Amino acid sequence: MAFLRPTTWPEALAAKAELPGAVPIQGGTDVMVEINFDVRRPEALLDLTRVAELARWSETGGRLRVGAGVPYSRVIGELGDRLPGLAQASRTVGSPQIRNRGTVGGNLGAASPAGDSHPPLLAGGAVIEVESAARGVRMIPAEEFYLGVKRSALEPDELIRAFHAEPATGPQYFSKVGTRNAMVIAVCSFALALHPAERRVGTGIGSAAPTPLRARAAEEFLAAELDWAAGLAPAGLAPGVLARFGELVSEAAAPIDDVRGTAGYRRHALAVMARRTLTWAWNDYRKAREQCA
Amino acid sequence: MTSTDTRTSQGIGQSAPRPDGTLKVTGEFAYSSDLWLEDMVWGVTLRSPHPAARIRSIDLGPALAMPGVLAVLTHEDVPGEKHHGLELRDQPVLAVDRVRYQGEPVALVAADHPERARRAAAAIVVDYEVTEAVTDARRAAFDPACPKVGERGNILRHQPVRVGSVFEAPVVVTGEYEVGMQDQAFLGPESGLAVPAEDGGVDLYVATQWLHVDRDQIAPCLGLPAEKVRVSLAGVGGAFGAREDLSMQVHACLLALRTGRPVKMVYNREESFFGHVHRHPAWMRYEHGATRDGRLIYVKAEILLDGGAYCSSSPAVVGNAASLGAGPYEVGNVEIDAYGVYTNNPPCGAMRGFGAVQACFAYESQMDRLAEACGLSPVELRIRNAVSQGSRLITGQLIDSPAPLAGMLAELEAFPLPAASDGDLRELPGGVAQTTHGEGVRRGVGYGVGIKNICFSEGFDDYSTARVRLELAGGEPHVLVHTAAAEVGQGLVTVQAQVARTELGVERVTVAPADTTVGSAGSSSASRQSYVTGGAVKTACEAVRERLAELAAAHPGLTTTALLQRFGPVEETREYRHRPTFPMDPSTGQGDSHTQLALCVHRAVVDVDVELGLVKVVELAAVQDVGKVLNLLALEGQIHGGSAQGLGLALMEEVLVADGRLRNPSFTDYLIPTILDMPPMKVSILENPDPAAPYGLRGAGEPPTLSTTPAVVAAVRAATGRALSRVPIRPEHIALT
Repeated sequence: MAFLRPTTWPEALAAKAELPGAVPIQGGTDVMVEINFDVRRPEALLDLTRVAELARWSETGGRLRVGAGVPYSRVIGELGDRLPGLAQASRTVGSPQIRNRGTVGGNLGAASPAGDSHPPLLAGGAVIEVESAARGVRMIPAEEFYLGVKRSALEPDELIRAFHAEPATGPQYFSKVGTRNAMVIAVCSFALALHPAERRVGTGIGSAAPTPLRARAAEEFLAAELDWAAGLAPAGLAPGVLARFGELVSEAAAPIDDVRGTAGYRRHALAVMARRTLTWAWNDYRKAREQCA
Repeated sequence: MTSTDTRTSQGIGQSAPRPDGTLKVTGEFAYSSDLWLEDMVWGVTLRSPHPAARIRSIDLGPALAMPGVLAVLTHEDVPGEKHHGLELRDQPVLAVDRVRYQGEPVALVAADHPERARRAAAAIVVDYEVTEAVTDARRAAFDPACPKVGERGNILRHQPVRVGSVFEAPVVVTGEYEVGMQDQAFLGPESGLAVPAEDGGVDLYVATQWLHVDRDQIAPCLGLPAEKVRVSLAGVGGAFGAREDLSMQVHACLLALRTGRPVKMVYNREESFFGHVHRHPAWMRYEHGATRDGRLIYVKAEILLDGGAYCSSSPAVVGNAASLGAGPYEVGNVEIDAYGVYTNNPPCGAMRGFGAVQACFAYESQMDRLAEACGLSPVELRIRNAVSQGSRLITGQLIDSPAPLAGMLAELEAFPLPAASDGDLRELPGGVAQTTHGEGVRRGVGYGVGIKNICFSEGFDDYSTARVRLELAGGEPHVLVHTAAAEVGQGLVTVQAQVARTELGVERVTVAPADTTVGSAGSSSASRQSYVTGGAVKTACEAVRERLAELAAAHPGLTTTALLQRFGPVEETREYRHRPTFPMDPSTGQGDSHTQLALCVHRAVVDVDVELGLVKVVELAAVQDVGKVLNLLALEGQIHGGSAQGLGLALMEEVLVADGRLRNPSFTDYLIPTILDMPPMKVSILENPDPAAPYGLRGAGEPPTLSTTPAVVAAVRAATGRALSRVPIRPEHIALT
């Protein structure tokens, strides 16, 4: 197995063009596990840890660009205020050691339906920046990135360079069910983001379909039901709104029975998480409105 | 009561530090997988992908043709006995003409690189004719039309217990219970190094639990006399029963003898799940009858244990489930039938608690049902039926040493309850995965009681051997203790040194590495090593002391140092046996089958998210009677660890098997508790000595594993109102039923 170690982005793209079978590796928290368990035998590993720019993030013109090599621990520590949903999801990944190594870029590359980054990226409307030596940059909305179980829109000669997202303008929550209280792969997960400026709702469902996905009907229902202007109203959300939102999220999923849980439980848990995250988000929104008033 | 000896600073009763502790925490400890010789080669195992199949043919040609391959072996290359086993030699070294479980070893490869060995193994062509797999234990046991898994019938032991004849009562509760297959999940997967010797024998360095029983199975398979197979203990991560059976021992020796090179074999975690026995899954039907004021009249039970494809230690597991099947309660009428059966599921055998764990979950669940039916608190009902010294077990055996169960329960109940959660996500069900900010969370409290036999039972000649040598080193007295007892993480090396310091009053003690150049120490199992090897070291020290006293009497005025200077080292070897035990009557189960019994009681406090079915254990409290504390730090570690393993069985640990196939052979999907799952513990340790045991001690490693599981489940039932008759509890059992 060849081990390629480019130090610049053009070198990395050239290497990938020359050897499309090379598997990119950042923290190795996913790739190395698969190699150690003999799940895959790539012809080459393309180590991206020497490409320094991938470990940087920047904010320009009100948009964040986060390099594919920024580890979860830095997402939590440096971007927690701007990307709270993703930071909450990052906090549920593995152990502290894993969070020091693992990256959002790696999570995207693996494109597992259970990846913890995906629901908040979907809910937050993130866009993935990918690039090839031959065709240059493509900007792929998160929603179009996931094509199947561990299959993404990435072409064999492309690498993930960064993801782009707007800093949160409203409350964001991530919630994940696992069968132990830490270091667990999602049985199912849910992310919610309120975008008050556009009076829009973002959602992301994890581990409950062949790909991570948005609950579009739920988003539209909620965006229409929420009284965005009158967040100051004394009552919270009508129970009917909560229940219907939960149902719509649950209906958006296409879960299966597997070793981690049953389809029925996943649908049930998604509805519960949808109701709870919405309650928290709406309470935050109202509080923020009260403080502004 | 034996008094604590304070002549030395690190003797019995002191929290002497363990030599391996810092090394393990800092990652410097040398495990068996770290063994290395310059000229060694690597062995790997080809395993069956099928739970049941005939082997039509095996083509080794493609493997032999690969570069770097030194040997490829099948059953035809096993020079001696083709089978091994702990109780019955029914397990092939390598499959002969059939495979009986997924993962059964079929062929071996030695090559100059582990990757080459793996590729060669993958190149072996085995022509299987897949046959019907027997995977339903009930069908295997009771359906006469069911195919036979092995050469014998499918019931490998049926042990009844019959007492009295009154099976009617004013209050009757029934229940069916199920225990999933638990894995020992030890650190350091199976590994070792076999080195061919000039005398035609072999030296094996391996992580195991019982060197001599390994040797006694290895040597016949190799066609060698026992003395030509020398086994030394390599660094063990943990065992919990999973290293009682052979794994790679014979395989590595076969390859070493064939190639003339040292052969190293190391399983990875996935192979480890196929490479050792698990805890027997169990299906249990119970009926308890009692008076209206909650006094037991009778217990009826059927306990069905799936032993999988080979015998392993299943018969002894069945014996425990039967003899302890009603728990530590006085009951005059008993009809228990415990069965161990063969199936084409993974072989099951020893795991901490050994048959007593499964029954404990069922009888404790029943005691809670009975308490509810009688309108009593769970603690009060248990106190009304608790055994004490002078009671008889359902086998008729007299409990002839302290068994203060009622007092233990009262003490446990009086522990203050923990405060409500302060809302920190880490304190809530789901942790930082943020499934709740408090919504749906209900608190529950539950109790569990367990009784475990200590040491081997049912007439087994259970002994240990110790060689103790008092000598001068650098002009100062020094003690060398040598036994074959396996340190598997429980702290036995430390305890052996503590015994020697106390008995000989010498500070400087070295415990020699365990190997087969000294007599058998028996297994590091059944919570028995402090008792039996501790007893052997104590007895050998006493013999050294006597010799020294004789010398001193003959040469008055000479100090110990002077005597050792003049007459040289004093060395004595002694065997130590506990009181004999006897078989259970095959039709009534009666007999003094155990030598010592140990009690532990647990209270669990849980917060359950009843909508999502997620559980946070808030606190575990335990009271355990250990007779005598030898090393408080190590003992507390045993109680914490045993409790964590019991918590795991209650809430998450299960090897999932479907149609004879493992579905989760990795730590990604076989979950064990993390630090956010295992809560702080309150522990009270009692010291009511057993006069028959060294220092009055009572084995301590297993009892906490029993009582934790029912306590946690009872607490979850209290929080949710769900019946929860199966462990591990899964979220859907709470949220959807």
